[in-house]
Amino acid sequence: MKPFTYERARTPADAAASVARNPNAKFIAGGTNLLDLMKLQIEAPAHLVDVNGLALDKIEPTTDGGLRIGALVRNTDLAADDRVRRDYGVLSRALLAGASGQLRNKATTAGNLLQRTRCAYFYDTDQPCNKRQPGSGCGALQGISRQHAVVGSSSACIATHPSDMAIAMRVLDANVETVKPDGHTRVIPIADFHRLPGDTPQIETALERDELITAVTLPRPAGGTQVYRKVRDRASYAFALISVAAIVQRDGSGKVAVGGVAHKPWRVEAADAALPQGAKAAAARLLAGAQPTPHNAFKLPLVERTLGAVLIQAKA
Amino acid sequence: MEPVPCDLTISRRDLLKVGAAASVATAAASTGAMAQSPAPAGPVPTMKVSFDVNGQVRTLDVDTRTTLLDALRENLQLTGTKKGCDHGQCGACTVIVDGRRINSCLTLAVMHEGAKVTTIEGLGAPGRLHPLQAAFVKHDGYQCGYCTPGQICSAVGVLDEVKRGVPSHVSTDLTARPLLSADELRERMSGNICRCGAYSNIVDAITEVAGSRT
Repeated sequence: MKPFTYERARTPADAAASVARNPNAKFIAGGTNLLDLMKLQIEAPAHLVDVNGLALDKIEPTTDGGLRIGALVRNTDLAADDRVRRDYGVLSRALLAGASGQLRNKATTAGNLLQRTRCAYFYDTDQPCNKRQPGSGCGALQGISRQHAVVGSSSACIATHPSDMAIAMRVLDANVETVKPDGHTRVIPIADFHRLPGDTPQIETALERDELITAVTLPRPAGGTQVYRKVRDRASYAFALISVAAIVQRDGSGKVAVGGVAHKPWRVEAADAALPQGAKAAAARLLAGAQPTPHNAFKLPLVERTLGAVLIQAKA
Repeated sequence: MEPVPCDLTISRRDLLKVGAAASVATAAASTGAMAQSPAPAGPVPTMKVSFDVNGQVRTLDVDTRTTLLDALRENLQLTGTKKGCDHGQCGACTVIVDGRRINSCLTLAVMHEGAKVTTIEGLGAPGRLHPLQAAFVKHDGYQCGYCTPGQICSAVGVLDEVKRGVPSHVSTDLTARPLLSADELRERMSGNICRCGAYSNIVDAITEVAGSRT
C-alpha cells in the first residue's frame, strides 16, 4: 500500500469538500473493495476520507410509500430488514447471494454500487487494462474471457460489473441520492448511474469525483413475485457467471434485469414487454446485438434458461 | 543461512522469525533490493487510535496503512488471529468487532476508534474454553489448525446472526426464522476456507453448540 493521510468526516458535505480539496483523495466506508485494491496498488489514494461516522445508516420510509436506505447501511442489515424482506424480496435475495457473511457485515449500500470489476486483467498490474491504465489496451479481449461481458462492451473493455445488489436495485428502479461539497444534492436514477465502457472504461458511474452518495431510495413496493437467481462456479461465495433479477405479476407482466453480462446492470425495456411471451422472447431482446467471445458465448443460452427457470419459479 | 541454535526452549515462532530474518538478509545482499527502493517522499503518516481488545483498552500509534489484522498481530502480539490471503477471500483473519464478525485484513486499524474487538484469545483460553472452542476440539474440527481461530470467531458470529433472525442464501422463506440446518451452517460459513478439508467436523462442532443453545 502507498502511504496516505486519513481523516474522519463530520458531515456529508464536509466529506465531499475534503475530497474536492485533495486531488488524490477517496472516500472510504466499508473498505472491503478499496483496501483490497490499495494493497495491490491498483488504487493508490494519497488521502482517505472516512465517512463511517456520518449518520447515514438508517432505513426510513419515504413520503411516497417507498424506502430510503442510508448510504452506510451494511449489506447484512439491508438484507435482514423486515420491510425489505417482505416488500423487496429480490433485494434481500440478491444481497444474500453475494460475498460472505463477514464481508456483508462490513460492506455498505453505496460501496456495493461502487465496486470495481473483478476482471483478472484489471487485477493483474502486469497486464494491459484500459480501466486501470487508460490507453494501455485490453488484456481480456484476446485473453481468457469466460467471466466477461457479452452485451454493451467495447473494443476498449469487456469487463462486467460484479454486484448482485445493483441488479436488484435496477429491477426495482431505485434512485441514488448524492451531495456535493457546496451542499447541492441530486438524484440519479439507477438506470443512469452505471456507464457502459465505450472509450473511457475508467469512468464507471455518473458521479463526479467529489460527489458523495447519501442514500438509495426505493419506490413503492412493486408487489408480484420477486426472484433473484444467480449462476456461479460454486454454490456459495463466488461472483456470478450470470444472474437474473425479476419481478413477475400474476398476469405474467413484469420486469427483468440481468447481471454478469455487461459493464452495468443490464435491463432492456423491450425485454420487460416481452416477458409474458416467455423466456425465449425476453432473452432475445435482452441479448440483442450481443458480441460474445468464444469463451463466454455460453452465457447467451444460460441467460435464456435461467430466465426460464425464474419464470417457472415465479408462477409456482 | 546460519544454523539455528539448538535450544530446547526456542518456540516455533522464534524459529520462524530467525528463518525469515536470514532470508531477508540473503535476498537484500544478493539482489541489492534495498538500494533500489525509492526514497520515501516524507515521513510516513501515522495516527493514534484506541480500541478495546478482549476487554482491555489499547492505544496505538500506527502507520495509517496498518490493517486491524496487522495491528492485532504485529503491534499487540495477539497472534491467534491468522493472516491467510490478506484479501478477504479465506476468512482466517475473522474477528468480532462491535458484535459482528468481519475480515480484519480488509479494514484499517484507524477506522476503529472506540470499537470493541474480540479475538480468539478473548473468547476463551486453556482451562476456560468457549463452548465453540471446546466443540472444535471434541469434534476434531481442524487438521493443521491455521484457519481454526477464524472459523471459531466466524461461528460465534453465525450463531448470533441466526439468533437475530438474519436470513441466508439458502433460507427457503425470507420472512421465517432461519433454521440451524447443516445446509444453513455451510452457507453461512462459506467465507471461511479450510484447505485441509475439515468441513464436516466443523459443521458437527457448530451444530452441537447451536443445538445446546436452542
